[in-house]
Amino acid sequence: MGMIEVKNIIFEYIRRDEEGNVESINRAVDDISLDVQAGEFIAVLGHNGSGKSTFAKHLNSILVPTEGSVWVDGMDTSAERNVWDIRQSAGMVFQNPDNQIIGTVVEEDVGFGPENIGIPTDEIWNRVADSLKAVGMYSFRKMSPNKLSGGQKQRVAIAGIVAMRPKCIILDEPTAMLDPQGRQEVLKTLHALNKMEHVTIVLITHYMEEVIGADKVFVMDAGKIRMQGTPREIFSDVEQMKSLRLDVPAASLLAYELRKAGLRLPNGILTREELVEALCQLY
Amino acid sequence: MIRDITVGQYYRTESFVHRLDPRVKLLGTFLYIISLFVFSSVPGFIVSGALLVVTIWASKVPLKFILRGLKPILLLLSVTVLFNLFLIKGEPVVQFWRFTITREGIQSAVFLVIRIVMLIVGSSMMTFTTTPNQLTDGIESLLKPFRIVKLPAHEIAMMMSIALRFIPILLEETDKIMKAQSARGADFESGNIFHRAKGMLPILVPLFVAAFRRANDLAMAMEARCYRGGEGRTRMKPLKYQTQDAAAFGVLTLYVAVHITCKVLW
Repeated sequence: MGMIEVKNIIFEYIRRDEEGNVESINRAVDDISLDVQAGEFIAVLGHNGSGKSTFAKHLNSILVPTEGSVWVDGMDTSAERNVWDIRQSAGMVFQNPDNQIIGTVVEEDVGFGPENIGIPTDEIWNRVADSLKAVGMYSFRKMSPNKLSGGQKQRVAIAGIVAMRPKCIILDEPTAMLDPQGRQEVLKTLHALNKMEHVTIVLITHYMEEVIGADKVFVMDAGKIRMQGTPREIFSDVEQMKSLRLDVPAASLLAYELRKAGLRLPNGILTREELVEALCQLY
Repeated sequence: MIRDITVGQYYRTESFVHRLDPRVKLLGTFLYIISLFVFSSVPGFIVSGALLVVTIWASKVPLKFILRGLKPILLLLSVTVLFNLFLIKGEPVVQFWRFTITREGIQSAVFLVIRIVMLIVGSSMMTFTTTPNQLTDGIESLLKPFRIVKLPAHEIAMMMSIALRFIPILLEETDKIMKAQSARGADFESGNIFHRAKGMLPILVPLFVAAFRRANDLAMAMEARCYRGGEGRTRMKPLKYQTQDAAAFGVLTLYVAVHITCKVLW
């Protein structure tokens, strides 16, 4: 049984005028189906307005689909009684680190989730310490979140979710407001959580660099999934990626151009090292 | 200007008063403020002053820091003193031109100054020694009995602590908006007070819009972390009375007793 099963979901933003008549319907998610297995690292790639954030909000019952169904850990997200269990097993991290930190001290913020689900006091302290260590923020536990950098704040936000011991963490563009160093920090933390704690990760992003380490990538455009596969498969289809206005890694692009120019390079080159290796094989 | 205001700030140090339970400090301050108004006579002020001096000594907050907090109310103080001096009728002491200063006026002015200064210093002693989080926890716990009359104690405390968390963020945002508006030629410095007040409008509107957006995001993040009100919540740092709190309660009882004895004897 999969961790997350999404079956043909459709979500529409309906705008009504003052009389309540439908003014316009915007179909943000259009017939998406996908499966996520426990322990996988999944990335959803798409540019602004592709519906990826709307899709993400379906995965922990913040939005429920207009049509179709989403099952998280065997629970239907559209059933009211499942909401809190779903949010406990599928935690969500948002884009703006400032707007999701509730506590005035780092450790208190991390303790907020466990407090909400009624964990006893001693156990909260254990969980807070463990999850702050897991994201490498333990030495900052007594500090005010206002004194931290963006990347550090986002790691605290992740620790706040980890402390609830979810089976799956969904991250909605967690790095969009961070500098390159902060992005590195967050991404490293996510991969560590995935490897060490076997937490299923669903990363929503528009940075192609961030999906390279994923097990599986889904590319979204206009509410639909246009491509899916391993990062290697995705980035070898440079033309399709370009038509969706998405970047590919520089090495892949160069390999693609060289191949077009007649060099016999293999498909699916991702890194500079691989490109160098492949070029050396030719001569 | 904003830097000068020490009222409501926390002074980080280790002391007996700092370690006290916030509920004790809240109740103590409440009692102290009431006593200032009920026992406003010379012996009354001596007793209240004694408690204040003991608290300041036990809290290890430097006197200079406390007095700095009085600076912003200096204007208010002088205005009230002037009004009391000249407007209260009674036995004249000094007379010049149209003004008379009366015995009653002097007495009332001195009493008022003492009362206001002790009030401000006394209540800021609480905020100097209590972190905002402890304060909200204390308020929540003290308001709990009022849940019978449907007072949302947990919600009030949660709102207060969120407000405290967002004060620095919103200040930063205000600064950013002001710079952005100045860059486009807005003028906040010149003109009279009405002109300047009108100039604040292009700051307030975007600030409010941003605040609402933040509130929306925060609400979603809180729900995503299973927040559903105070029901069934456990505490990471529960409040527990210690032996030192019993001692503080003892001091408070003694304080009220001395006050009442003084009142009866004089």
